[in-house]
Amino acid sequence: MTRNAIKGLLLATSILGTAGFAQAADVTLTVESWRNDDLAIWQEKIIPAFEAKNPGIKVVFAPTAPTEYNAALNAKLDAGSAGDLITCRPFDASLELFKKGHLASLNDLPGMENFSPVAKSAWTTDDGATTFCVPMASVIHGFIYNKDAFDTLGISVPTTEAEFFAALDKIKAEGSYIPMAMGTKDLWEAATMGYQNIGPTYWKGEEGRAALIKGEQKLTDDAWVEPYRVLAKWKDYLGDGFEAQTYPDSQNLFTLGRAAIYPAGSWEIGLFNTQAQFKMGAFPPPVKNAGDTCYISDHNDIGVGLNAKGANPEAAKKFLTFVASPEFADIYANSLPGFFSLNSTAVKMADPLAQEFVSWREKCKPTIRSTYQILSRGTPNLENETWTESANVINGTDTPEQAGEKLQKGLDSWYKPAK
Amino acid sequence: MSKARASLTRTSLVHLALISYAIISVFPVFLTLINSMKDRNAIFRNPMQLPSPKTFDLVGYYTVLGQGDFATYFQNSFIVTVAAIALVLLFGAMAAFALSEYRFRGNTLMGLYLAIGIMIPIRLGTVAILQGMVATGLVNTLTALILVYTAQGIPLAVFILSEFMRTVSDDLKNAGRIDGLSEYSIFFRLVLPLVRPAMATVAVFTMIPIWNDLWFPLILAPSEATKTVTLGSQIFIGQFVTNWNAVLAALSLAIFPVLVLYLVFSRQLIRGITSGAVK
Amino acid sequence: MSNTPSTHDATGPIIKRPTRWHIVVFLLPAFIVYSAVMILPLIETLRLSLFNTVDGQSTFVGLGNFKVLFGDERWAHDFWNALKNNFIFFVIHMLVQNPMGVALAAMLSLPKLRFASFYRTAIFLPTLLSFVIVGFIWKLILSPIWGVSPFLMDLVGLKSLFSPWLGKPGSALIAVSLISVWQYVGIPMMLIYAALLNIPEEVIEAAECDGVTGWSQFWKIKLPLILPAIGIISILTFVGNFNAFDLVYTVQGALAGPDGSTDILGTLLYRTFFGFQLQLGDRSMGATIATVMFLIILAGVSLYLFVIQRRMRRYQF
Repeated sequence: MTRNAIKGLLLATSILGTAGFAQAADVTLTVESWRNDDLAIWQEKIIPAFEAKNPGIKVVFAPTAPTEYNAALNAKLDAGSAGDLITCRPFDASLELFKKGHLASLNDLPGMENFSPVAKSAWTTDDGATTFCVPMASVIHGFIYNKDAFDTLGISVPTTEAEFFAALDKIKAEGSYIPMAMGTKDLWEAATMGYQNIGPTYWKGEEGRAALIKGEQKLTDDAWVEPYRVLAKWKDYLGDGFEAQTYPDSQNLFTLGRAAIYPAGSWEIGLFNTQAQFKMGAFPPPVKNAGDTCYISDHNDIGVGLNAKGANPEAAKKFLTFVASPEFADIYANSLPGFFSLNSTAVKMADPLAQEFVSWREKCKPTIRSTYQILSRGTPNLENETWTESANVINGTDTPEQAGEKLQKGLDSWYKPAK
Repeated sequence: MSKARASLTRTSLVHLALISYAIISVFPVFLTLINSMKDRNAIFRNPMQLPSPKTFDLVGYYTVLGQGDFATYFQNSFIVTVAAIALVLLFGAMAAFALSEYRFRGNTLMGLYLAIGIMIPIRLGTVAILQGMVATGLVNTLTALILVYTAQGIPLAVFILSEFMRTVSDDLKNAGRIDGLSEYSIFFRLVLPLVRPAMATVAVFTMIPIWNDLWFPLILAPSEATKTVTLGSQIFIGQFVTNWNAVLAALSLAIFPVLVLYLVFSRQLIRGITSGAVK
Repeated sequence: MSNTPSTHDATGPIIKRPTRWHIVVFLLPAFIVYSAVMILPLIETLRLSLFNTVDGQSTFVGLGNFKVLFGDERWAHDFWNALKNNFIFFVIHMLVQNPMGVALAAMLSLPKLRFASFYRTAIFLPTLLSFVIVGFIWKLILSPIWGVSPFLMDLVGLKSLFSPWLGKPGSALIAVSLISVWQYVGIPMMLIYAALLNIPEEVIEAAECDGVTGWSQFWKIKLPLILPAIGIISILTFVGNFNAFDLVYTVQGALAGPDGSTDILGTLLYRTFFGFQLQLGDRSMGATIATVMFLIILAGVSLYLFVIQRRMRRYQF
């Protein structure tokens, strides 16, 4: 209560103060974002760091709920009421905004040289000529496990598919843990934590992804159906009623210590660290045979762009240059363990679990999610269809082969690969 | 004697049925309230248990109150809802009176025109509405929401009220006219009091979608100062989806004012409805 | 007001008055707000359904969008699936919500029933809760993880019947519909209740003199008298159900899973119009779906106004 009163007083005096002196009106930048989880970090760390160096510029971080972000942002951009800085979804959603003239080109932005072409790929035009968002973070897929459970049951970390299922069998037979915490209710868990997590191992990461875009491979090929066959086997190791298990259910099952393995995205680390009362470890998606190359999904997830019709382009560009700096990368990656900086300058990470995830970049070949680039541009939307089909495969509604066929058929209906 | 017993059995059966359904109606709310006051483990392991000294924990409420300004959100929702209902009732009743009382060219056409709005969700016009609000500088004001909700509520209000106004005795109105009352006085002093039950119905129908709307607050007035309770709690749930303490506390805080208001308001509502029957 | 015949066909005491400004005054505020904030934006949307982007340029395509919606295998599949689900959604409301509303109202209107206001208050309560709350609470209650439903069903020995309803394609739509019924049953109940209270004493007394009581009194006397109210409720249910979106969205998400089994017109429209995840919003196709929805609702409402309501008028007293 008193704290609020003090805050109020401070606010009042600062308003009075600025009204008194500064005719050189402060510029206020608004950042549109779906990352409402990050509100505190922006308010407490990122914005103060920027404002300290750039007096006269105020920044407001204004997140909306992730599920409403795209729709709300598009409406606001069309009407001209959107903020100066736009947090960019990867690939086509942002590309479309750029094409419509809502996002400005950032080719000349000081600081862009800090990013590799791969890092920029999610926010660059097809011809590679123009980049329109500053890459901010990527997320890595893998499995987080309950170390205490593994130790009690005498299970060692699996590296191959066979070991993985042997471990699941052992947990299931022993019975005190649900082997794996995942549900199909929210659909995307099955697609993102399931299919896109283990898939790259089978379609050989970038190689398969590029071949799919070129039309040399089909979703009915073995490389793309095989991960579905593996997913179908997961069914037996999920908790009772997994069909109606939501994403937060899965998180809670794992962090309350009731499940042993959690198919994860690295973004979970921050939350899990605060909620789980046991030791955790992580391992990358198991390979088919011992000694095979491992592949991981290291997916460009968040960028920031400039609203082309914003009122304060100069101040906004200063902010973007800050986002492109190693200093920002350091603050961001360490405040949000599990969101990995895309900056070429390596960031030292304090969190062991985050360090484990990022270490896979050294030994495994990274790729991005197969459906994100180009292939989800038409209707039906391949990403959304993949959500539905991945859940269908695990639920047993569709066989892996049927899923592949449905997806390919949908894709064929609008996508003609460049020859 | 046996007749009395039969009626007693019947009454008990009726009470049994009503009690069962009343419990079904209230149970989810009750469940939310009790679990919002327990610690995380207890929420998960014994959802059906009342909070005991051992499991009692208000951490969820601390999180919510530390994060969002629910008092302001509630005030915003309240202002928007009350203002929109008042406008819908006033404008709607006036239009309904004109349509049901007077014969003039275009009457039917106007009736149909005003009825179209019942059929299409106003949400479909979002982009144009937003553009209009931006042009008039009403974005992030409660006025924008009030205007949209007024427009949204008018069609149904006219539809229901004109049905009711047709049943108001013509003799009464003609008597008023002979006494020299103006058309305005006839409307405000004779007709409006008589259609009070219908007004109560319209008020309820108008209030529910407004209070619960998520879409327009999100698009037209998402700023911290103009957030409504529904938007505030939705954003909160999105943010803390895994933190059930906080989510349940947020839900409870969103339910609580409605509950209190409703308990106060429901008497007026029922009285409004029944007063029509007594006459 | 009971014995006043509706003489409103002879309306308007003096018809030949020159300009009756009060009519304009009465109509104007509603007309202005409604036209500016609702109709004009909607016309803009309907206009869009005749346009599409061709080579980056917005071009008039006539009925081309409708041809895609009904002609293209994928679009047609999604559309008919949504329409079918929407129809089931509506039928469940008509079969469960409205009869239940009538039954509850009939019980509540029994003379000298004690605690009536308590029941009324309790049963109407869910109607006031927002979709955000309703969706979240029911997801929790039906969640197999949290275990409230299995626990409750265990109390009555039916635990074996529990299944993750919201996650199964066969049961998800029914479960969502019933949640919606739970939320909204208060509305038909209140309207019927008001209608029942409006039945004049004399009618009931006359019936009782003739020895018509209890059940047969309800069926033979009261039900015909509340038919107009039931008619209004049915049409409100129809319009509400075919505009529904929020509950499916909060419970099952915008993709209305599993396997599109809870997809209704509202969620299909939302995904198409505003986009979802990687799917980009398609204004033109969205507007096309909106137009079709409008026509469906228009057809239903016209049917009610011109066929059903006319017949029912005869029963009015």
